[in-house]
Amino acid sequence: MKEKINPLRKYIRNGKLPHFFCPGCGCGQILNYFLRAVDDLQLDFEKIITIGGVGCTARIPVYLNTDSFHGVHGRTLAWATGIKTYQPDLRVVIFAGDGDLVSIGGNHFLHAARRNLDVTVILVNNFNFAMTGGQVAPTTLLDSVTMTTPFGSREKPFDICKLAICAGATYVARWSTAKPIQTVKSIKKALQHKGFSLVEILSQCPTNFGRYALRTGDPQKVLEWIEEKSIAKTKAEKSSEDELKNKFILGEFTHKKQPVFQGTSLFEEGNH
Amino acid sequence: MNKNLKHENKRVNTGIHFMLGNYAAVEGALAAGCDFFAGYPITPANEISELMSKRLPEVGGIFVQGEDELFSIYSIIGASLAGAKVMTATASAGFNYMQEGIGYASAVEVPCVIIDVQRCRGENFATQADVMQMRWGASGDYESIVLAPSSAQELFDFTVLAFNLAEEFRNPVIVMSETTIALMRERIEIPEKENIEIYKRKYTSLTPEEYLPFKAKSNSPPEFAPIGKGYHTLYTLNYHNEDGTIDWDAQGYKKLYQRITGKISENKDKICKTESYFLDDADAAIIAYGSEVRPALDAIEMARNDGIKIGMLKLITVWPIHENLIKEIAKNVRRVFAVEMNIGKYAKEIERICLPFCPVSHITKNEGIIHTKEEIYKVVKEKLS
Repeated sequence: MKEKINPLRKYIRNGKLPHFFCPGCGCGQILNYFLRAVDDLQLDFEKIITIGGVGCTARIPVYLNTDSFHGVHGRTLAWATGIKTYQPDLRVVIFAGDGDLVSIGGNHFLHAARRNLDVTVILVNNFNFAMTGGQVAPTTLLDSVTMTTPFGSREKPFDICKLAICAGATYVARWSTAKPIQTVKSIKKALQHKGFSLVEILSQCPTNFGRYALRTGDPQKVLEWIEEKSIAKTKAEKSSEDELKNKFILGEFTHKKQPVFQGTSLFEEGNH
Repeated sequence: MNKNLKHENKRVNTGIHFMLGNYAAVEGALAAGCDFFAGYPITPANEISELMSKRLPEVGGIFVQGEDELFSIYSIIGASLAGAKVMTATASAGFNYMQEGIGYASAVEVPCVIIDVQRCRGENFATQADVMQMRWGASGDYESIVLAPSSAQELFDFTVLAFNLAEEFRNPVIVMSETTIALMRERIEIPEKENIEIYKRKYTSLTPEEYLPFKAKSNSPPEFAPIGKGYHTLYTLNYHNEDGTIDWDAQGYKKLYQRITGKISENKDKICKTESYFLDDADAAIIAYGSEVRPALDAIEMARNDGIKIGMLKLITVWPIHENLIKEIAKNVRRVFAVEMNIGKYAKEIERICLPFCPVSHITKNEGIIHTKEEIYKVVKEKLS
């Protein structure tokens, strides 16, 4: 009998599987969602550059059969600016964890969004610094126990989608790994969008966030926790502030057309 | 990417100019083919960004003022790997931030040019205090190539040279500028385009199936593959084997860093450039770099007028250090003087090489101002009489 091969397998580097994600981690699913979006759109894979900084999510590009950059914490959008402005025909996709994107890389994130740099950011938010063993992150919910908040977190978390919109991002959506169809749909929109696109995907980290904050190492239970806290944007619009406390609003938040970044100083004939 | 090819003829500003040192560095970068520059405001390096923001877009290049120096260094790295010839410029405090990116560029072998206009901590006075940070400021193993101009002319010339060395060795190259020369106007001569030697980046002739991105001869850089053309190169900071994969292997790690450091340290004779003044008959020698060679040369003239046979080795390449040449000089003189504008940092490196053969005197000044010839000569006279 002929061995069945996953049709998305062609997008993975030869000999690089199995991946190093923990059993039950959402990163494998998100890798899959991204490839489905690429495959559905029949994008020229040669023209996609993928970038990861440091962290679990940042490892996704390492498995992809693309030109990839990896290994420096938080600097993904700075690399991306160099690549994208110099070779605008390439499609640049960034895979970043919450710590990578809005903790160490927060400033680059704000400014890339402000400039409307034409790249796609796939943000995997698992509410903690997972690769380093489960420390508090700028996305950790209040009162959560992590390895560096043994008595519960005392800091309010970021709403990264709101942050992106305020900064100037032109496509912003949030889903969770429990919503594969919507997530793939948003990734497709983001990949086709001209401008700064952000797809935040809430994801289960059973190994660290699950065990410390939720007292369970069961990925299903972590996912159920995300599901319980999730509320659709349409429903959220009719809810009170109290009802939305500690809720994750899922949906598409912005989708608009604006000029993209080509450089700080642009030469125009007769205009100097 | 060369969108304004018709303005390409504006690249080389051939002629004789009375020009600010910082501007000379910009002209050098353009003449060398720079087509991506990123910077962040900092004194005394601002004139570099300012002129770049005008000149670079004119010739079809990209200018970006980023949110910080980390942006500067990583965006030029991204652009370089996308095929651009790249530069950033900063001053000491900003150079601190760039160390992280210099470490990445060294590990992944990215050609890039960084100008550090050295300044005193928090102040814009003259210094050469970053000379050791130039070498190993970032974590991890690597070797740096660092050039020390002493005039506006050399800011032009050495910036061109920096681009060539960066491309040839696939390594960051640092132009160690100083407040003294960066903010000084001097006569400079920019040659005709045809007379400027340019090293072209080596791209592989192999197919994507045959190509291994980090396979290279020992002590050599690997060949590039263009991005977006199906070569699927992974550029990771982590230990990577010849095909670029993250794959921990102790012996492989050792071999990779032997090659990354060896391509510089084993090619010292090719990389290191110096100039000798009055050394043929000298029985004492000054070793100096950067703007300090100017008062040092004047001090030598004073000494020679008094019958003291002293000469000078001017280091164009500060790192790697031209160990063999310095050793030869130390064997032939009764004393070496290490002249520099800091607490005496590079002097210790000179001592390490010279001490088995002759004593070394430090002539250091750390007051935010360059030595006078009299100050240097005073020490020379005292020690040699």
